[in-house]
Amino acid sequence: MSTAVTTGRRLAPQAGEVIDRRAPLSFRWDGKTYTGFVGDTIVSALVASGVDVFSRSFKYKRPRGVLSATFHDPGCTVQVGDEPNVRAAHRRLAAGMEVSPENVWPSLKFDVGAANQLLGRFLSSGFYYKTFIKPQRLWPAYQQILGRFAAGGVTAADAEHGYFDKRYIHVDVCVAGGGPAGMAAAVAAAESGASVLLVDEEYELGGHLRYGGDADLAALAELRAEVAVHESIEVMTNAAVTGRYDMNWIAVVQRQPGISVQGHAIHERLCKVRAGSLVVAAGLIERPYVFAGNDLPGVMLSTAVRRLVNLHAVRPGDNAVVFTANADGDACAQDLRRIGVGVTVVDARTDANIRRAEGGKRVKTVELADGRRVDCDLLVTAVGWTAATPLLNMAGDRPQYDATAARFFPTDRLAANVVVAGALAGDGSTSELVAHGAAAGATAAARAGHGSEVPAPALARVPHPELYRSTTHGIVDFSEDVSSKDMFSAKKEGYDSIELVKRYTTVTMGPSQGKLESANAVAIMAEAHGVSDFNEIGTTVWRPPYVPITLGALGGRGFENTRFSPMQPWHEQHNAKPLVAGDWIRPEHYGDPAAEVANVRRSVGIIDVTPLGKLDLRGPDVPKLLNLLYVNKWSRLPIGAVRYGVMCAEDGVVMDDGVTGRLGENHYIMTTTSSGAATVWEWTENWLQTEHPDWQIHVTPVTTGYASMNVAGPKSRELLGRVVSGVDLANDAFPYMHVRTATVADIAGCFMWRIGFTGELSYEIHVPAAYGLHVWEALFDAGFDLGVVPFGVEAQRIMRLEKGHFIVAQDTDGLTLGFGADLGWCIKLDKDDFAGKPELVWQSRRDDYQRLVGMQPVDPTIVPAEASQIVEGTKKIVGRVTSSRMSPTLGRSICLGFVEPRLATPGTIVTCQLPDRRRVPLKVIEGLAHFDPDGARMRI
Amino acid sequence: MIQVPCPWCGPRNSMEFRAVGESKSRPDVSTTTPEQWRHYLYTKSNLADWVTETWYHRAGCRRYFAVERHTVTNDIRESRLPAAQLRRQSDSGS
Repeated sequence: MSTAVTTGRRLAPQAGEVIDRRAPLSFRWDGKTYTGFVGDTIVSALVASGVDVFSRSFKYKRPRGVLSATFHDPGCTVQVGDEPNVRAAHRRLAAGMEVSPENVWPSLKFDVGAANQLLGRFLSSGFYYKTFIKPQRLWPAYQQILGRFAAGGVTAADAEHGYFDKRYIHVDVCVAGGGPAGMAAAVAAAESGASVLLVDEEYELGGHLRYGGDADLAALAELRAEVAVHESIEVMTNAAVTGRYDMNWIAVVQRQPGISVQGHAIHERLCKVRAGSLVVAAGLIERPYVFAGNDLPGVMLSTAVRRLVNLHAVRPGDNAVVFTANADGDACAQDLRRIGVGVTVVDARTDANIRRAEGGKRVKTVELADGRRVDCDLLVTAVGWTAATPLLNMAGDRPQYDATAARFFPTDRLAANVVVAGALAGDGSTSELVAHGAAAGATAAARAGHGSEVPAPALARVPHPELYRSTTHGIVDFSEDVSSKDMFSAKKEGYDSIELVKRYTTVTMGPSQGKLESANAVAIMAEAHGVSDFNEIGTTVWRPPYVPITLGALGGRGFENTRFSPMQPWHEQHNAKPLVAGDWIRPEHYGDPAAEVANVRRSVGIIDVTPLGKLDLRGPDVPKLLNLLYVNKWSRLPIGAVRYGVMCAEDGVVMDDGVTGRLGENHYIMTTTSSGAATVWEWTENWLQTEHPDWQIHVTPVTTGYASMNVAGPKSRELLGRVVSGVDLANDAFPYMHVRTATVADIAGCFMWRIGFTGELSYEIHVPAAYGLHVWEALFDAGFDLGVVPFGVEAQRIMRLEKGHFIVAQDTDGLTLGFGADLGWCIKLDKDDFAGKPELVWQSRRDDYQRLVGMQPVDPTIVPAEASQIVEGTKKIVGRVTSSRMSPTLGRSICLGFVEPRLATPGTIVTCQLPDRRRVPLKVIEGLAHFDPDGARMRI
Repeated sequence: MIQVPCPWCGPRNSMEFRAVGESKSRPDVSTTTPEQWRHYLYTKSNLADWVTETWYHRAGCRRYFAVERHTVTNDIRESRLPAAQLRRQSDSGS
């Protein structure tokens, strides 16, 4: 292999390199132009160009360089264009990238010693709590200064809109981790006949084999080829399993999945996976060593060095000290020698150790435990591994520490549908890991119903020195700038459990979420407590998500319905103001709701009431159902008649109201409120399926099967006479509260009923939905000379308030029982049974509940805000305003609301407190209706 | 998200269903006392054990059914028709 250095720190071609030297890319970093290759990460391209420092640390503002050269590298978070918090040691370089440092106040190049002197002694654990909590009046000043310290990038107000998506995946086996064991597991599961999703965090499969030697690369090529021949394996790279939930509901976040929706590239996709089995082959994460200066740029993990050298052909330094406790550290030293770097090995297995590193913007000298000082610009540590157990935690396991192997291992508490593969279970050669993975894959497939289980060959637990902290204090959590000294102080201050120390010092709570630092945190806690068994300290429990997910991916693409009536195109042409009402978009008004009211009261108007819930009820037992659901009586409803009914829940609270009409011997149509349509249907089915399966009734929801329109006003009969055939509209032939089937504008199969929500003569017409727009337009054509105009929801609300008709959930709430809503006239306690009957019986014997009353402000120009309180004195609330409007018909303000029973007598003056604290008198009126209390106008 | 085995549609994500709650029998409204009725309305035994619950497949077959679920493990050992329907079937002797 060549040892020549080419330009800058870029090496001659390496056997396993992933860069494409024929494809150079130009990009900008901190205001200057740099060049890298396709396949470079942002960081590898910058290191190749001699850049050492990528950020300033969270609290102490110390310069930070490469530590792990992975997604989780705490010092390599940057801003790319208007995208904050990009993991630069992971994100692949793209042409023209505008990359800038984050969190670099005062600046990336500011003198290090100065920053540390300035900040270091102030920022111990709990400093914010202790120092800034008092006096409170100074908080705004503190906030301004502290704001400068805040981590993270910037979001631009004019940032480009991001596009995100979701995907649902059903597989037999999901494999988390695409190293040798994961790949082998996927292949074995596929060979058993299972469908497989193989997920890896990196851009390519292979895990640690990718940056290994020739034998590793050969094994990798073989495994990749085996994965590729199985069509039942879906490989998803640059993706991470972020959570495992009950019954293997698995969240996978897929970054830059290379798909687009409507011409927009998808930034991230959240995949929701249901898997029969989950194979956890997440492997090991190399952990840093705690010593003074361990966060200096130039102090790197052995795996970081091997990634830079072997994947990106970058020379990470010229003179290295390699502190190694294992074979991977030895391999790293070999790699460095191969590319011509001077190497001093400090072998932990011979009890040699390092004490501290010194330097400014880069490490310069390492002091060894024996007092020797070695000059270098690269200090490599290989002190052991953190088992990547988060997914096992989420599956119920609590891994146990093994002092001999110096890491945590899974126990047998795992759910049966989760199988561990590879290095998480023990140490082994590549072929041993592959064999272990294959057995795990076959077992996982068997547990998902394919083939039979294969016992996993045991993997050894190779002895490893327990190396966590040297004799000096250093950084434990690189994201949060928490040192071992901070953790010792926390112990002294009385924080004795790992969970408390975590919250107090914020150790393991930063963006890397403990992946690099949790084992060190536990070890240092154990040291502070003087205990040798880490299991006495315990670990903090890893929870989802394993890696950060953007809010965009979580929000994704919405799947909510939006519903429109068939008349929506007409509404849009006539400038209707849209109103969002649950799933529905409805016209709130067409410009002037007061004029719409006046027009209905004077001549005729039409409102689209399609969202009204409609249930078609058929069968001989329908009256039994109506008697059970409604508080009033239904046994003798004649064919052709319509009745108003109120439903209460089993707790006696008003639930819904509407009219039900009888169209034939065994045929009824029930209407519900627009918002209650789904609830009432479920309620109806609940009674029929669980209490009375013997009743002969069939319920069909027909809400969207009919377009519904209410033709209201004194001229409505005249208008309908021009378009309706087959029905005598005369008042005595088709009286108030009756229903007829009719042909309207040549459309047969319509039904219409005379009801009076607005208080006017009115007909509600229900038309087969496909003909809704046709009938609607025909009505306007026919009524042009009568002055017909459309009216919206707001005009209807005003008119029903003038009439004193309450709206469920507007004028009632979750505590309003039937009698409180002035429904005594229709609650029939002599019925054997109905929903909520016991509560209403008991309520009828009490007198302590607030009453719904009509109220009018004494000053007719004041319209109290809805939800204004009715008060007595300064401390007592005795009621509230539930509906309030200016009445165009009466020329005064009108209200509905609740008051205590002693204030419900007509003529009582109550006090209403407005939101601006003004108090105004309201007068309680007789009944609820402000206008036409006898209902004469509805019956003409 | 757990999976619920609908007796008609097979295993489906729980988001398709409404969890109605513990199955209870409704007291006789003509003789019930406030204590009994409110126990029926509001009290949940909340056992860490096998419980019988009612579920409604709102985004599927629109059927109510009974589920035997272990509240600690979320294991579901049986889903079947609601009690009233089973009674009716056994009453009719068919």
